[in-house]
Amino acid sequence: MPIHEKTLIDAERLKTQEHLVVDGVDVSGHWNTMITPRTLKDYDTGFEKLIQKFGGGENVHRCWQCGSCTNSCTMYAQNTNFNPRYWIYLTRLGLKDELLKDKDIIWQCVSCNRCTHICPRDVKPEGVMKALAHWLEEEGHTEKTASTKFDEIFWEQISERGRIEESSVMQSFFERTNQELKQDWLVEMVKRLIRHLPLGHLIRSAKHTVIKPKTKKWGRTGDVLKQYVREQKEAMHG
Amino acid sequence: MGKVAYYPGCALEGTGGPYDKSTRALVDKLSLEMENLKDYNCCGAMEVKNVHPMLQTYLSARNLAIAAEEMGHDTVMAPCNGCYHNLKKAEYELSTSEESLETVQDLAKKADDPVYNGNVRTVHLLEWLMEELGPEGIKEKFKKNLNGVKVANYYGCMYTRPRQIFPEKDKGPGSESTYKPHFMDDLLEAAGADNQDYPLKTACCGGAHTLSDADTSTQLVLNLLQSAEDCGAEVIATECPTCHSGLEMHQVRAEKVFGIKTNVKIIYFTQLLGLALGLSPRKLGIHENISDSIDFLKQKKVI
Repeated sequence: MPIHEKTLIDAERLKTQEHLVVDGVDVSGHWNTMITPRTLKDYDTGFEKLIQKFGGGENVHRCWQCGSCTNSCTMYAQNTNFNPRYWIYLTRLGLKDELLKDKDIIWQCVSCNRCTHICPRDVKPEGVMKALAHWLEEEGHTEKTASTKFDEIFWEQISERGRIEESSVMQSFFERTNQELKQDWLVEMVKRLIRHLPLGHLIRSAKHTVIKPKTKKWGRTGDVLKQYVREQKEAMHG
Repeated sequence: MGKVAYYPGCALEGTGGPYDKSTRALVDKLSLEMENLKDYNCCGAMEVKNVHPMLQTYLSARNLAIAAEEMGHDTVMAPCNGCYHNLKKAEYELSTSEESLETVQDLAKKADDPVYNGNVRTVHLLEWLMEELGPEGIKEKFKKNLNGVKVANYYGCMYTRPRQIFPEKDKGPGSESTYKPHFMDDLLEAAGADNQDYPLKTACCGGAHTLSDADTSTQLVLNLLQSAEDCGAEVIATECPTCHSGLEMHQVRAEKVFGIKTNVKIIYFTQLLGLALGLSPRKLGIHENISDSIDFLKQKKVI
C-alpha cells in the first residue's frame, strides 16, 4: 500500500487561493495549493534516550526511515493514520507534541511483527510501539488502555500460580473494563460451543475453572520476578 | 526416532483443548514418542512481555531448563504458535546476549529454579512431523482420504515472524519458508486435501487485542474468512490455538454484531490429519470446536 504522507499535513495549513501570481508567473487554479510552513521549536533532545529505556525501544536510534515498517503494517492497512515510520521519526527528533496527536491509536499495534521481520536495520518497530504506548500511559497522556488492563490481569495470575486459566482472565477483564458478560455474541458463542459437547467434557471444563491450573514448584519464582520488575522500574526513573 | 518434551502451554489446557486432544491422539497413532514437560509454567505470552520483556525471556527459559536439566531432553515440541514463538525467542536472545543469559541465570538461582544453559532447541509440532515423517512418511500411515476437501492453510504471525528468531527457516528446499510457509500444506496434501492458493497464510488475526480492541480483531478475522471463501476454501486449517479461537470467536461476533455471515469451517490441522489416520471425530475433539463442521465432514464423506 502506498504511503499517503499527505495525511500528515494539518488540513488548516493547506491553502488554496483563487488567484496567485508567483515571481510573475500565474499559478492560479490547480497548481496553487500551498502548504503554510511551520517552525517547530518544542523538541526534547532527550526523548529518544528516554524511549530506549522502555522495553522494546532499545534500537530506535538505528532507524534510517526507509518506511518498510509502515508499508508492511497490519494496522496501517486498517487506518492510514497508524504510521510507525513517522512515529519513529518523531521520537528521534523529540517532537512529542506531534506524537501526542496520535496518542489514542498507538496502543493498537497488534504485534504481528511484520515490521520487525522486514526492518533492514533491526530497529524492532513493534517494540518501539510498545515502548511509546507505555510512555504515553506513564506520563498520563492516555488513560490505562484496555490492552494494558488485560496484560495486568494476565501477569497477576502468572506471578501467583505460574499459569493462567483463560475463562477467569476473560471474566476479570470484562469486570475491569465495565463490560457486560452477557453480550449477544458471547452468548451465541457459548451456545455453539456446547451444541455437540459431551457432558463429561462440560464437567471437566467447569472443574478447571474452580481448581485452577498451577505450576507446583512455582515457590518463590513469582516474587523474585516481581522484585526484578520493581528494581528495573526504579533504576529507569533513576 | 527422537523423543521430545511436549509443551502444551496454558491455551491447550483451556480453550485449545481440542488441539491438545488431537495432538496427543495423532502422535500416539503415528507411534511417535513424546513426554509431557513436567510442571511447566506459562511461556511468557505477549501480555507478559508487555509488562517487561525479561519476564517473557525468563518464563520461557525456565521451561527450557526443566526440559534440558531435569528431564534430559534436547528438544521441546510446542503445538501453540505463541508458545513456540516465545521459546524460540528466548533461545535466540540467550544465545546472542551474554547480559540476558546472566540475568536469567541469576534470577533462576534466586528463585531456586533449574538454571538455563542452552543445549535445547524448540520445534513446532509441524516441524517435528516434517522431521520425523515428512509427507511421504505420513502418507503410508493414512487409512482414509480427506476426499479433496478444499483447504486454506492459515499459519498466522508467530510461526514465521520475526525472521531473526528462526535461523533454520528460509534455508532452501526442505526448510520452512517465512514468507510462504508450506509444512501444513505438504502434510494435508498428503492426506488428500485440495489446498487452495491462499494469500493471507501469514496475515494477522488480531489475537493480541482479541478482546481489548475487538472491532479491529473482527475486521482482521473477516479479512481472513472472506478471502478464504473467495479462494474457494471450505475449511481453514489452523495450527495455533489463539488464531483458531480468534477465528471462531470473531466469526460469531461478525455475524452477531455486524451481520456479516461466513460459512468457512475452522478446523485444527491435527484434527484433519487424525481423520485421515482413521481416528474418530470424538477422539479428535471435533465436537468441541465452536465452528460446527460435523455435517460438512459427513457430507464430504470424511466421517
